[in-house]
Amino acid sequence: MAEANVVLLDFWPSSYGMRVKIALAEKGITYECKQEDFQAKSSLLLETNPVHKMIPVLIHNGKPICESLNIVQYIDEAWNHKPSLLPSDLYKRSQARFWGDYIDKNVYNSVKRVWTGKGKEQEEHNKQFIECLKTLEDELANKPYFGGEDFGYVDVALVPFTSWFYTVETFGKLSIEEECPKLVAWAKRCMQKDSVATSLPHPHKIYAFALQYKQRHGLE
Amino acid sequence: MASEHGEEVKVLGKWSSPFSNRVVLSLKLKGVAYKYSEEDFANKSDDLLKYNPIHKKVPVLIHKGNPLPESLVIVEYIDDTWTNNPLLPQDPYERALARFWSKTLDDKILPALWNACWSDEKGRDKAVEEALEALKILQEALKDKRFFGGETIGLVDIAANFIGYWVAILQEIAGLELLTIEKFPKLYKWSQEFVNHPVIKESLPPRDKLFAFFKASASK
Repeated sequence: MAEANVVLLDFWPSSYGMRVKIALAEKGITYECKQEDFQAKSSLLLETNPVHKMIPVLIHNGKPICESLNIVQYIDEAWNHKPSLLPSDLYKRSQARFWGDYIDKNVYNSVKRVWTGKGKEQEEHNKQFIECLKTLEDELANKPYFGGEDFGYVDVALVPFTSWFYTVETFGKLSIEEECPKLVAWAKRCMQKDSVATSLPHPHKIYAFALQYKQRHGLE
Repeated sequence: MASEHGEEVKVLGKWSSPFSNRVVLSLKLKGVAYKYSEEDFANKSDDLLKYNPIHKKVPVLIHKGNPLPESLVIVEYIDDTWTNNPLLPQDPYERALARFWSKTLDDKILPALWNACWSDEKGRDKAVEEALEALKILQEALKDKRFFGGETIGLVDIAANFIGYWVAILQEIAGLELLTIEKFPKLYKWSQEFVNHPVIKESLPPRDKLFAFFKASASK
């Protein structure tokens, strides 16, 4: 269904932006994507997200929705045709929200600390990152996806960060596959879906971005 | 509709915690019967360690033997499960707004208020400035409504319980004037509507007990 009135304000390396792209692709929604420059935020971004001034922002029929997982829930509710991203069972739905919240609070920071870290702290950052992934791997257990048989909300929340795995492994000098093989297998399974494959940038592009960022901020 | 016969609802909580209180408010607003168990943080119960192994924090809701942590996740679960006196609107955009403000309360507004009330002399000015900015943002979200939920208490009002009740106590102990009728007339008026709401009034912890509890913490 062609949607004239769906606009996404994005920044291509952002895992949060990727979540929204995956959700839109899952629902077959076409949209206009506008790239933001963090050195010079657009007036549209500042108007639509005055509180946080961050991407992603989804603008649907002129109305802005902010915060990536909030946007994913909105997409699921506003376009309530299949596939459903959140489970219909109320308890499973709440568990999905819990894990989405856990990922929000833990993954971004632990990823960033590994690739920007240096010296003595590196080992500690690596350890925390792996612990976080292992907690998630325990939750995945032997299911094909976090939601069970079907790809869903928690998968959408987490899979974008896998585009950063190469960067984390290179800078952190660690192997995620060795530590968390089930999670890596899950990531590969997700990448077989069009919605994921078309929404995640190539890991080498992310690495190049991270390298530039570190150079710019004197973090080498 | 009260909980069906045989479906036990249990809450693991702490009487002084606004997060625990959110769960209690939601259950009371819906007329759901529940058993409450007070947690002692110095001596965490087996139940707490069993039902929230990841964070080991309260509140935890246990419904039909299924545990659920994280106050805002719990409140949405309560709203999904007991559909009388809805806490969230039906419209997807309005729901997204409610979720956005609840998350912003937890991520940005509560921490700013908390930090200001516990700040030492060195950090005080900056912390107070951030707290006042946070209250300004919240007041703008309220607009001219009686409650954030409109004519009735909603998710955002419950999420803002710390602002509606705890802040008055903490600011008095700290000797600060943050939420006052002069500085934030609309938000102040909301706080009075909130604490005087018939169900809320019965469900907040007693003021003098809370005051004594935080005063004791302040002098440590």
